[in-house]
Amino acid sequence: MKYLIKNGHVIDPKNKIDAVMDVLISGVKIEKVAKSIEAKDAEVIDAKDRIVAPGLIDMHVHLREPGREDKETVATGTHAAVCSGVTSVCCMPNTEPAIDNPKEVKALKDIIKRTAVANVFIVGAITKDRDGKKIVDVEGMKKAGVVALSDDGNSVEDPEVMLKALKQAKKNSTFLMPHCEDKKISDKGVMNEGIIATKLGLRAMPKKAEYEIVKRDIELAKKAGARLHIAHVSCKESIDIIRKAKKDGIKVTAEATPHHFSLTDECVAGYDTNTKVDPPLRSREDVDAVKKAISDGTIDVIASDHAPHGKHEKDVEYDYAAFGMIGLETSFPLAVMNLIDTKLISWQRLVELMSLNPAKILGLGSKGSLSAGSDADIVIIDPSKQWVYKEQDIKSKSKNSPFIGKTLKGAAVVTIVGGKIAYKA
Amino acid sequence: MPEKLAWKRKDLLGIEELSKEEIELILNTADSFKEVTTRRIKKVPALRGKTVVNLFYEPSTRTRTSFELAAKRLSADVINIAVEVSSVKKGETLIDTGRNIEALMADVIIVRHNCSGAPYILSKSVKASVVNAGDGWHEHPTQALLDIFTLKSKLGRIKGLKVSIIGDIAHSRVARSNIWGLTKLGAQVTVCAPPVLIPPGMESFGVKVTNDLDEAIREADAINVLRMQFERDNVSAFPSRMEYFKAYGVTEDRLKGAKKHILVMHPGPINRGVEISAEVADGPKSVILEQVTNGIAVRMAVLYLVTHAQGGAI
Amino acid sequence: MGFTEKAKIMDKEAVEKALIRMSHEILEKNKDTDGLVIVGIRNRGELIANRMAANIKEISGKDIPVGAMDITLYRDDLTQVAEQPVVKETVIDFDINGKMIILVDDVLFTGRTIRCALDELIDFGRPKNIQLAVLIDRGHRELPIRADYVGKNVPTSLDEVVEVRLSEADGTDEVVLCQKN
Repeated sequence: MKYLIKNGHVIDPKNKIDAVMDVLISGVKIEKVAKSIEAKDAEVIDAKDRIVAPGLIDMHVHLREPGREDKETVATGTHAAVCSGVTSVCCMPNTEPAIDNPKEVKALKDIIKRTAVANVFIVGAITKDRDGKKIVDVEGMKKAGVVALSDDGNSVEDPEVMLKALKQAKKNSTFLMPHCEDKKISDKGVMNEGIIATKLGLRAMPKKAEYEIVKRDIELAKKAGARLHIAHVSCKESIDIIRKAKKDGIKVTAEATPHHFSLTDECVAGYDTNTKVDPPLRSREDVDAVKKAISDGTIDVIASDHAPHGKHEKDVEYDYAAFGMIGLETSFPLAVMNLIDTKLISWQRLVELMSLNPAKILGLGSKGSLSAGSDADIVIIDPSKQWVYKEQDIKSKSKNSPFIGKTLKGAAVVTIVGGKIAYKA
Repeated sequence: MPEKLAWKRKDLLGIEELSKEEIELILNTADSFKEVTTRRIKKVPALRGKTVVNLFYEPSTRTRTSFELAAKRLSADVINIAVEVSSVKKGETLIDTGRNIEALMADVIIVRHNCSGAPYILSKSVKASVVNAGDGWHEHPTQALLDIFTLKSKLGRIKGLKVSIIGDIAHSRVARSNIWGLTKLGAQVTVCAPPVLIPPGMESFGVKVTNDLDEAIREADAINVLRMQFERDNVSAFPSRMEYFKAYGVTEDRLKGAKKHILVMHPGPINRGVEISAEVADGPKSVILEQVTNGIAVRMAVLYLVTHAQGGAI
Repeated sequence: MGFTEKAKIMDKEAVEKALIRMSHEILEKNKDTDGLVIVGIRNRGELIANRMAANIKEISGKDIPVGAMDITLYRDDLTQVAEQPVVKETVIDFDINGKMIILVDDVLFTGRTIRCALDELIDFGRPKNIQLAVLIDRGHRELPIRADYVGKNVPTSLDEVVEVRLSEADGTDEVVLCQKN
């Protein structure tokens, strides 16, 4: 099967393309990108006034399978992904049971093979049961197919364990993507520390809980000579530490979530439990710092930290509500609205952040670009489409989003995964 | 004040969201109800046939009793439900409990909860009026209203008064509600506590912050002394009750530098010899028992207003 | 809903005369003024009560205690009224036990306000008797209540409204019949 995407504005930062061109897909691969391609045997997709880009790669997603299929499954999560232009996701290992041994990796791979409609890459746990004590069989996990390791939701509390894990990751040519939070500091906190928390009388999670571990993990990575990818960076101090580390030549990359550059802790007023997320929504100053870091290259990746939770886990007191919000379906429009429309970054940079850089970090050489011979994972975007995010239209199995009812801008109109049309508006 | 200003809220959730005029309406209405409480028969039929439920997730004798009496003096039927916090996690959710209470045809749910914001969550899921009787560290609106009512009836005004709130500001809903109410009505508020008990960003509330008790007392027309709760885990900064009393306890001696007419308030229950000495609590400057009496009139006013909110209640 | 003025029923002089006449009638019926007290229903009834007390003082030289009551909390239609009534204080700072109470209101209509006032008065004590004085009786009673002293009987239809204006509150003394629009 061949597809010819005609007259779209192609954005392909790897090949420095930013112009109206045609894209020819042949089977599961991209055949070529050029002006005015003729291909009689191809089905034509008109992309006039549309942006054509390599499919988005979201490297921080909770698909909840196995164990919490009530919240999300590989099938529902990847369906939500392709409807939003995301062709590849990394799924986090805090499932029940945790993905902490090669057998679980294989079992999950089997589920993915059977049910996924997008590419799914598995992130394994760093330690057994994600409890920070005993390091997993890194070699076995890597062989079974994990792309990275993370105890997401927890930090590895013991620095010696973390250092060992970093060394093993390096030895096995993989990397860690730590969730940085000192739970002795964030304690029973439920939101960012500051005026709003004081106003609302809610227990606070000081920024220190995050940046102290960011600092520690970077130092440990330096010591181990290992690669490190910091998950969901949310505050100014963490960013300053990462910026300096990069300058010093330490092999660190970092991601930020759309909610951390779109929302401040003021959204918590009214006690909407959908605003409860870890790391918490921060102050205006932090949001501005995250945006700046996205534009200056300190942040390499935008990832959603899509964290589905059931109604019964959110329709409770703020203190008792689960941390997390869904994000697959809002990630791209929030980036358009907060980064492109504000002239903070270019479309080139956006595709770097949401496709090329994740592919590089994950070592997915055939993804993240439209180079001839690459995987035919492509998104066609209507950049100016305005739409209201309605609860009944949410594709994810869970509906925990603070953006419900909001008008968003930018949407995928066609998503192609492996040369097949996975979504068409 | 325009006579026809109407109450439009279904609920009373906090002071922060109220306008100056709304606070004044409650205070003026409470004035009328105070007269009722002095009658031979201290009961009027305004809430006859209505059902008021006290839903308490925290033990409280004083606030619950005050609300119960207020509701009974308005001829409402009152039910008390005490929920064991320890059983909350396994038991039904707040929203389910609220809906069940509503299915009993309750008109008003008075809720006390250990979690900040719980009354907001409840109010969104029931049609009944919700009155916040204290939520976590967040607000205790009727306590602030009765404090302000007491101040106003003793000193004749609120505007321009200097009021100092002394004690564990960080964990006090009474402090927050008082700060909102007093500043909206034009009082100058000072909060006084050891540094660890002053929460971040306090100055942005439009109050003066001090760690010096004598300074807090010196200029004040009234002081509101908060209950010090040593059972809290995070008050470890002060090793002993005695040490706190020495530094921040309000005593006759500390009041020597105060204005002659200074009023001493306390939301109760009092820890004698911790935040306040027995002599001050029982002394001529203390209006602590008047606060308790005024609490009934204020709560009657609140119950009357929320149950008779004008059409299109919000 | 607005009103259109239809007719002036009483002018300043007529109001004054009616109140003087009623004051005389009260004194005739209650020869012993020692146990006599007056309670006006807020707002206009209270003003009329004050004027009657002044008249009685002028006629008999006796000071009669005057109280004012707010019947809002006793209304049987509290949940139905469109506009929330402002609750005002009831001020009866004398003992009403064993007293002869002249209850005063401006207009007697359905009788429901008087029912509220009677209930409220009984909560204050056990008077010897309660007598009712109104400036206007416009008919249409819904309860078995009648006035002992009436300034003027005015037959009305249900789509009419009687407005009593008094100088203390309205700047002028007059009674006007209005049509509901």
